[in-house]
Amino acid sequence: MEPEDHLFRREAGRMVATLTRIFGVHNLALAEDVVQDAFCRALEVWKFRGVPENPSAWLLTTAKNRALDVLRRERTARTFAPDLRRLLESEWTLAPAVEELFTPKQIQDDQLRMMFSCCHPRLREEAQVALVLHILCGFSVGEVAGAFVSTHTAMEKRISRAKKVLAGSRKLFDVTDSADFAARLPAVHRALYLLFNEGYHGASAESVVRAELCYEAMRLAALLRENSLTSTPATNALSALMSLHAARLPGRLDSSGELLSLFDQDRSRWDAQLVAEGEQLLDRSAVGSDLTEYHLEAAIAWAHTTAHSAHNTDWGMIVSLYDKLLVLRPSPVVALNRAIAMAQQEGPGRGLAEIRSIAKSKRLARYPFYHAACGELELRSGRQEVAREHFRTALKLARNPMERQFFEQRLTAPAKASSSCEDRSDHQSA
Amino acid sequence: MSEFIYLYRGGETNRSPERMQQTMQKWMAWFKELNQKGHVRDQGQPLERVGKLVTGKQKTVTDGPFAEAKDVIGGFTLIEARDLEQAVELSKGCPILEVEGVVEVRPVLKMNP
Repeated sequence: MEPEDHLFRREAGRMVATLTRIFGVHNLALAEDVVQDAFCRALEVWKFRGVPENPSAWLLTTAKNRALDVLRRERTARTFAPDLRRLLESEWTLAPAVEELFTPKQIQDDQLRMMFSCCHPRLREEAQVALVLHILCGFSVGEVAGAFVSTHTAMEKRISRAKKVLAGSRKLFDVTDSADFAARLPAVHRALYLLFNEGYHGASAESVVRAELCYEAMRLAALLRENSLTSTPATNALSALMSLHAARLPGRLDSSGELLSLFDQDRSRWDAQLVAEGEQLLDRSAVGSDLTEYHLEAAIAWAHTTAHSAHNTDWGMIVSLYDKLLVLRPSPVVALNRAIAMAQQEGPGRGLAEIRSIAKSKRLARYPFYHAACGELELRSGRQEVAREHFRTALKLARNPMERQFFEQRLTAPAKASSSCEDRSDHQSA
Repeated sequence: MSEFIYLYRGGETNRSPERMQQTMQKWMAWFKELNQKGHVRDQGQPLERVGKLVTGKQKTVTDGPFAEAKDVIGGFTLIEARDLEQAVELSKGCPILEVEGVVEVRPVLKMNP
C-alpha cells in the first residue's frame, strides 16, 4: 500500500508534541532526534517490506519504544518532565506510564499544549507562526523558509531563537481553565489566522505550498474545536472563515495558474462541501455575546461565497460588516476593502472618494492592491491614462510572480472593467 | 541469467519528514519496477547500522562496524540480470544515488566454472 500524502510530516507534529511532553520542554531537541530516528527506521524497513497496515500506529510504537530506551538509558544523566518524574523513575511504573502517555486522547492534548506553548508572549507573531509550522506541522527549517520566502539562514536564526524561548519556558503550557489560558487563546487564534493568510496571500509563488499552509491551519483549528475548552465561538468563527475562503481556492487561479479577481472567478468551481462546512461553523460561532474580527471576516466571506455573482452580492451588508470590523481592528487595508465594496454599491466615484478619505492611507503606499483598486475605479470612471499609471505602480510593488502577472494583465488589457480587489485582502498587511 | 547482489551504502538521512517520505516512495516505485521486469530474486533486507565485530582466533567481540557513516551497508538485494553490464544499468535507478549513497554491484560466484 502507499502511505497517504504528507503522512510523515503530519505524524512528526504529533510525535514531537508527545515526546516533548514526556521528556520535558527543555529536551525538545532530544524529542526531535527520536522522531527523526523513527522516520529513518520507517524508511529503511518499509522500503524493503512495504508500508504496514497502520503506518501511523507503527510510527507511534517505534517512537514509544525509542522513548522508553532513552528514558532508561538517560535517567541518571538527564531530568525529564518534572511532573512525571516519579512515574518515569521507577521501572515498575515507567512502561505503563509511557503507554498511557501515548493514548490518542493524550496525544491530542499534547498537540494543544504545544500549540499554546509556541504562541509564547515573548515571541513575535512571525516567530510563533514559524514555530507552529516547524514543530506541529513537521516543516523543516528550509521548508518554512520556502513558505515565507525568507532565506534559510534568517529562518534558521528565527526558529532556533524561538526554540530557545520555548525550551526556557520550563514547562509546556497547561491547557486548563485558567486566566493564562484565556489570555493565550487569542494569540493561538492569531497565529493560525496568520498561517492561513500566508497560504492565501503569501509571497511564495508556488501554489502547492500555499494551499498546504491553508490546510495545515485548518487542521490545527480543527484540533482546537475538538477540545471543549478551546472550542469557543471565536474558534468556530476562525474555522468558518478558513473554510469559506478555502472553498474559493480552486477558483482563484485560471487554467494557466494566473490569479483571478473575485469578479472573474468561475463560481461553480468553488468547493460546495467547504462552503457548507463554513456555514455550519458560522452558525455554531453565533452563541454568546462574543463578536470577534473572525466573526466579521467569516460573515464577509459568507456573503461573497453564497452570492451567485458579483452583481447580486449584498454589498450593503458587506459595507456594514466592514464598518464593524474597522471598529474592532482599525486598519487602512480594511478601510480600503470597505471602499471597494462601497464602489460596488454606489459607483466608482464614491469608491474613489472613500479611498481618498482613508486615515493613515500613507501606510497603503506600498500595498500593490491599493494602487490596483484606484486603477480599477479610475478605469470605470473612464480615465484610462490615470488608471494605467496606478496599474504601473501596482506592478512595481507586486510581491510575487502571480501578482505581477495579474497587474500586467490589467495594464495591457484594461478594456474590460473588472475589479482589482483581490479575492481577499490580507487585512493585517498594512 | 546471472545473480548479483546490490549492497546499499550510506545515503544521507538527516532530511525533513516530507523529503524522507518522498525518498521512501521512490524506493518502493523502483523495487516495483524491478519486480515487474522479473529482476528481483530476493528483495533482501534492511540492516541496522550498528552491530558487533567478532575478530580472530581470540573471537574478540567489539562494537562495530567502525566504518564512516557513508560506508556502512544499510541493506542488500539479490538481483537477476543478463550480465554485469545490465545489473549496473538497472542499479542506476536506485534512489539512494540521489542522497549521496552508493550501490555496490557484485556478481555472485557461480557453482559451474
